[in-house]
Amino acid sequence: MKLHNSTDRIEKEIVLRAPRTRVWHALADVEQFSAWFGIKLVGSFAPGARAHGQFELAGHGEVTIEIAIERMDPESRMSFRWHPYAFEPGVDYSSEPTTLVEFQLEEVAEGTRLTVVESGFDRIPAARRAEAFHMNDAGWAEQMENIARYVAS
Amino acid sequence: MSLHSAGWREVSRAAPVFAALGDETRLALVARLSSEGPLSITRLTAGSAVTRQAITKHLDVLATAGLVSDVWRGRERIWELEPEQMEAARAYLEHVSKRWDEALGRLKKFVEA
Repeated sequence: MKLHNSTDRIEKEIVLRAPRTRVWHALADVEQFSAWFGIKLVGSFAPGARAHGQFELAGHGEVTIEIAIERMDPESRMSFRWHPYAFEPGVDYSSEPTTLVEFQLEEVAEGTRLTVVESGFDRIPAARRAEAFHMNDAGWAEQMENIARYVAS
Repeated sequence: MSLHSAGWREVSRAAPVFAALGDETRLALVARLSSEGPLSITRLTAGSAVTRQAITKHLDVLATAGLVSDVWRGRERIWELEPEQMEAARAYLEHVSKRWDEALGRLKKFVEA
């Protein structure tokens, strides 16, 4: 159902002027992923493995992000599950539904076409979405400051 | 940004919309009103395995969330979609979507450097 899709998933497509191998390593290597994603993740990116990171969120102290890797098909597909913006300190999100993030790589003339799909938003409780929206606001303001600092240094 | 930013107000408005849409029957009702326009309760119930009474309850939930409204035409109750609330519900996804745009922008710089 089209309507269902419109509230359940986000789909992005970008063409990167870089070889597929380069893009794959930026996704599949925990350290490289951390560098562009902006949160230092620890752990391994392998099917069934988990990676987690902690960072300071303005007004909320230290919060944890956890990623559960599902698929790692070299230079082709990578997917993981997470709790979108599950940042409220002291709240156990483990029993709540996750969203699925899927990266897909494809070689094109200009370099590499990357598709990102995040799905499963319809299963996220309404209260969490409201909370996430707020956290997102604060979180990304902070992220932008981090980037500005990084670029300026 | 503060708790009282425009974005937060928007999603506070959207939260009951998501709750109302978190049901297959209600989603199907919204989809029909979206594609077919205003419909009577008789039309909405026709061909459905769900009873007229149950459909009415679902429509009331949608009405409480501001997604649909009803008017009486003669002896019939006609239901129609309130598009503004649907837009509010989309605001959340747009926000998450923007976050991905930013992240992918950084990835682009990272791999093209």
